[in-house]
Amino acid sequence: MSALDTSGNGPVHKLTKADFQSDQETRWCPGCGDYAVLSAVQQFMPDLGIPPERIVFITGIGCAGRFSYYMNTYGMHGIHGRAPALATGLASARQDLSIWVVTGDGDSLSIGGNHLIHALRRNVPVKILLFNNQIYGLTKGQASPTSELGKITKSTPFGVADHPFNPVALALGAEATFVARTIDRDRRHLTEVLRAAALHDGASLVEIYQNCPVFNDGAFSALTEKDVKDVNQIRLEAGQPIRFGAEGEHGVALGQHGGLEIVDVADVGEETLIVHDPHRPDPGLAFSLTRLAEDPTGPTPIGIFRDVERPVFGRTTERTPPASETDLGDLLLSGDTWIVADPGHG
Amino acid sequence: MTKAIEERERVVVRFAGDSGDGMQLAGSRFTDATAVVGNDLATLPSFPAEIRAPAGTLAGVSAFQIHFASLDILTPGDSPNVLVAMNPAALKANLPELDRGATIILNEDAFTKRNLEKAGYDANPLEDGSLSEYRVHRIPMSSLTAKAVDEVEDASTRDAGRAKNLFALGVLSWLYGRPTDVTERWIEQKFSRKPAVAKANLAAFNAGWSFGETTELLDVQYRVKPATDAEPGTYRNVNGTTALALGLIAASVRSGLPLVLASYPITPASELLHELSRHTRFGVSTIQAEDEIAAAGMALGAAFGGRLGVTATSGPGMDLKAETIGLAVALELPMIIIDVQRAGPSTGMPTKTEQSDLLMALYGRHGESPLPVLAPSTPGGCFELGFEAAQIAIRYRTPVIILSDTFLASSSEPWRVPSTADLPAIDPAFTPGPSAEDDGAFAPYSRDDRLARPWAIPGTPGRQHRIGGLEKADGTGNISYDPANHALMTELRSAKVAGIAYDVPLIEVDSQPGARLLVLGWGSSEGSIRAGVRRARMCGHKVACAHLHHLNPLPSNTGDVLRSFDRVLVPEMNTGQLAQVLRAKFLVDIESFGKVQGQPLFAAEIEDQIAERQ
Repeated sequence: MSALDTSGNGPVHKLTKADFQSDQETRWCPGCGDYAVLSAVQQFMPDLGIPPERIVFITGIGCAGRFSYYMNTYGMHGIHGRAPALATGLASARQDLSIWVVTGDGDSLSIGGNHLIHALRRNVPVKILLFNNQIYGLTKGQASPTSELGKITKSTPFGVADHPFNPVALALGAEATFVARTIDRDRRHLTEVLRAAALHDGASLVEIYQNCPVFNDGAFSALTEKDVKDVNQIRLEAGQPIRFGAEGEHGVALGQHGGLEIVDVADVGEETLIVHDPHRPDPGLAFSLTRLAEDPTGPTPIGIFRDVERPVFGRTTERTPPASETDLGDLLLSGDTWIVADPGHG
Repeated sequence: MTKAIEERERVVVRFAGDSGDGMQLAGSRFTDATAVVGNDLATLPSFPAEIRAPAGTLAGVSAFQIHFASLDILTPGDSPNVLVAMNPAALKANLPELDRGATIILNEDAFTKRNLEKAGYDANPLEDGSLSEYRVHRIPMSSLTAKAVDEVEDASTRDAGRAKNLFALGVLSWLYGRPTDVTERWIEQKFSRKPAVAKANLAAFNAGWSFGETTELLDVQYRVKPATDAEPGTYRNVNGTTALALGLIAASVRSGLPLVLASYPITPASELLHELSRHTRFGVSTIQAEDEIAAAGMALGAAFGGRLGVTATSGPGMDLKAETIGLAVALELPMIIIDVQRAGPSTGMPTKTEQSDLLMALYGRHGESPLPVLAPSTPGGCFELGFEAAQIAIRYRTPVIILSDTFLASSSEPWRVPSTADLPAIDPAFTPGPSAEDDGAFAPYSRDDRLARPWAIPGTPGRQHRIGGLEKADGTGNISYDPANHALMTELRSAKVAGIAYDVPLIEVDSQPGARLLVLGWGSSEGSIRAGVRRARMCGHKVACAHLHHLNPLPSNTGDVLRSFDRVLVPEMNTGQLAQVLRAKFLVDIESFGKVQGQPLFAAEIEDQIAERQ
């Protein structure tokens, strides 16, 4: 259950997308995946029933960092990697707000990695949208911590040599209570996942595969192009056996050594398939799902990996407003005191 | 047995022992009892950075010094009149600082062959005549404590071994006529859940007191009359950490803004986190952040939400916070950054004091990023400056740095408790939602007569706006790369901070006819400087002194004051940072006296510096 009171004292008219659009001109490159995400967010925000003044977008540095300027909510464009820390401070102080962090793969997984994992560990009530384009865009094309091995970039002319992070696996390892993955080009899926993240009470991490048409075009085409996406999108749906393929001919089953493997349903039978349950307390199976794809060029799970309840940051301590002046006087005088009399009167 | 009573105007006692001997506890109990007597006092704890350095070694010596008097005193004292040494290492480490004729009270039982070796003594100083110039009292504290505790039911040998500090405290309490009830009450409260330990400690304390009263070893009891030159009022003993915490809480109550402190543990600033974390009843929330950077970010995030955001750290943590402080300068949000300075560079000497972060506080950020910097000068003064920092931060929408230091944070003195009625209300002046009259337009970077911008917090209808680290257009706050606008915004931020001088009190010079030399200090060295000046005057020297609590902006009469003396001496615990600033700003040939030994300035050093310039 969310502690957020959605009644509010905001505008009485029914909110629309326009209420969430700021007057600033969007300045991402033509074709950037960020436009699709921005539009989807502005479109679904009215459904939350939260007035714009009670919503805050906090961003870091990078192309995704500009997101806050385009939302007609309260917003803070922070500094490199620090958005989760800024949001944690705000969340600690203001439980009446809906707080969103928009970040990129460099911002959140490299320079801000520490803040990300601790925000997830603490279960800070913040929705973190991680735009993963597997490249540094704003600084013009260096490798990111999610760039695949061997990738040629400006900073890695002989290919990336460092093993990439899998953001979903990292979030699960950090004990995140809500972890999902979606794709910029799939408006419906994106919106469904964002809505679930918004409703989750606690920290939500949503990895969004986001295309950078300038520096890393087509990185996710295996999941977005018409002819191949059905073969490669492994859609995770709560309570359903995990099946994919044009005819649902493939599935996911327990492998021999405790991990998961992709199978042909015809070979093993549907009853052998794993039934997806994001509410399972043990994150082990969710982690195994992340291992199905080394990188998003073949069959890759998308959807909600994990959605569980855990005590939420800031709610366990009683926060009272500043006490009265009498109390303050008592505090100042606490401990052993003595009086020096006025010599004129003593 | 009736013993002679001698009057003393002032006494400096140093308790020294192994870091496991409980010397800080003995010293602070003695301090509380002394405060209740009404003596003026100042204290200085000194301990090793290691929690438990090897027992019995010089590295493991922990000490607590208290200076108390019947007159107004300004420092914890340069050299002790009385040294309590619980083992050979404590004697060896502290002896060089004793004047001839000083009293040494030592635990005779600890002077074993093995302990002497650990302390690096070739011969036993109790037997080789090397202490002949001092008044030495040898007391078998370990065995007397053991004997006293032996009679307590359920108390263990271990309890006895740990209670000898209370025995020493008992002896000293008798020697200086300190009230026993304050200490007894404390023991009972502290060990209320461990009655056997409470009884063991009480037995040791009482045994020490009785030993003083009955033994012929100590033939004189001393009396230090209550200080009579103190301002009338209610007093309590505070160290700089407690006073700063109280000042921040008072500002929170008087502004109505709940206090959010985010910190990462670091010596010696952690004490403030510990202190504030106890005050949830006053709306204080504390967050132990994952690192120094996050701590600054959380404080700033809370400030964005309309709270009094505070972060506290020491030197190395300041390096890490610089980026966020720069963001706070750009966002123009109220925020308080506390730097409890310690000896650097790098890890330096974490438990030792220094004033070497001044230039970093003033200039240690990229770009043009001015902000106000305050420095309290006494433990009690930390209350006032904590409160004032919040007033400035809120009034001017700016981050404020408070430069405290290790000495101030841990040193204590009597503090006249202010009346809450004397604490002014602080108006956060949040921007309200649109009213019927206004058109709803909101310019987050418009400015008032002090150049402060509006503070509209999330939740306020119709005032949604976006702020960030990118340069903003004057007024609207929209992103702007316009050259003229950047120059204007730089000028506005600078003028706003410079304009705080309007609220900064003028420098008050303590001068005397014929004085051609001004001694100007800042921060925690005020007591030593004033004491040194006082002594120099008693020797007939003509000298003036003044002290800065505002390092940026400086009081508006600073230049005039500097130019009205032939010579200006600036003593500081660094290699001349304030001197450098003053020379640059005022083209006055400042003479610098720098000390970087991890110790406070001493009054005697100031006196010498003044004498050299007469």
